[in-house]
Amino acid sequence: MIAKEFEYRRPATLGEATHLLADHPGSVRVLAGGTDLVAWLRDDAVAPDLVVDIKDIPELRDIRLDGQTLHVGSLVTFTDLIESDLVHDHAPLLVEMAETVASPGIRNRATMVGNICSAVPSCDAGPVLLAYNTTVHVTGPNGSRSIDINDWFTGLRETARTEDEVVTHLAIEVPKHGGVYVKLMRYAGEDLAQAAVGIVVYPNLDYRVAFGALAPTPIRSTAIEAELQGKELDDALINRVVEMVPDEISPITDMRATAEYRTHITGVMLRRGLVAAVERLEGKGPEYGTRLI
Amino acid sequence: MELEVKVNGEQWMLNVAPADVLLDVLREHVGTKSTKIGCERGDCGSCTILMDGRTVRSCLVLAVEAEGHEIVTVEGISYEGLSELQNLFLRINAFQCGFCAPGIVLSATELLEHNPNPTRHDVQEALAGNLCRCTGYEPIIEAVLAAGRPESGPGQGETP
Repeated sequence: MIAKEFEYRRPATLGEATHLLADHPGSVRVLAGGTDLVAWLRDDAVAPDLVVDIKDIPELRDIRLDGQTLHVGSLVTFTDLIESDLVHDHAPLLVEMAETVASPGIRNRATMVGNICSAVPSCDAGPVLLAYNTTVHVTGPNGSRSIDINDWFTGLRETARTEDEVVTHLAIEVPKHGGVYVKLMRYAGEDLAQAAVGIVVYPNLDYRVAFGALAPTPIRSTAIEAELQGKELDDALINRVVEMVPDEISPITDMRATAEYRTHITGVMLRRGLVAAVERLEGKGPEYGTRLI
Repeated sequence: MELEVKVNGEQWMLNVAPADVLLDVLREHVGTKSTKIGCERGDCGSCTILMDGRTVRSCLVLAVEAEGHEIVTVEGISYEGLSELQNLFLRINAFQCGFCAPGIVLSATELLEHNPNPTRHDVQEALAGNLCRCTGYEPIIEAVLAAGRPESGPGQGETP
């Protein structure tokens, strides 16, 4: 049961949606899949006067490839990603990530954009989208703007989106690359990440390394990336970057793991992830979807 | 708010508030008591329903979001007798207290619809979000695997 009453609107156009948002400053929430929002409403963690359901806005459902850029609309669910041939062919890393999200009953509703809008530290899409060159496109009453994913996560459950803006889609650069999403859970099946590592490597040995559940927001490690930049992987290089991990993350101790364990295991995951990402770039290595931890 | 929704093949016109959760509306207004109230935060799977053929957690859906959609609960797949899968659940004794069973039957129904011959791993993945505190899952997995095997034939519906 949700204790607080609110108004519900389901606009058919983006313009109508942004005006509804702008007219209710301080007390409005956008609803897509609802798997976070409805739980938060029930917990009284959020108590808006108005909920704007964007599911009737058809253009937000698109998945399409424009050159080497994959566009993923804000209503695209994790199941949609898993079932998309386009995503399988051009960004199998998104599929590998999506398959680790909760359970099918959640993935059928939850959207990837909603995942980064909720912006919890363990959000699975965070490290992967940070490892890609990703741009978040939003539209508000005064027009559209784009936000670099590196500027998106501004704090715990906070993003660069203003409350009168709707995310329309993500633009993800997908030239030839190898990638990996390594997620540690307490048990196989359904769980939030205790620690997560997202890596993308390009043919010119440009590496992107991002972490989830290891800081208040998903984070990139530009220091580790700089150490790897342009180099072939070898044991000495991997050891050097694994030693950098404790300075790059700020994990907490909670019911799911201690900070010490998270720090140690992240080094293990980075080691395995780097090897797998480079092998995948070369068309070898473990198939996408293979659990590495 | 007026809500027009199809539940188990019947068209319903309901009067709901925006804050009403679909799970509660199904149980209290429509009367489909197979849909169980468990964790109410999407973790346990006992409130699983099929919405347009896909499993969703009815505890995480506002009733007003169901407008124009088609909902199926375990009652809806049993009108013309138990499904093959349900008969196999009976034959293999795949539930004990039964609280998780409606959600598990629907999750397995969705799996078999998209993947008629699942592997053990496929079954485990499909049911990962449905908690059972009685069986240890093994008989459940056996029942779903048996439903996926072409040689299994229709279940006999015998209670052990």
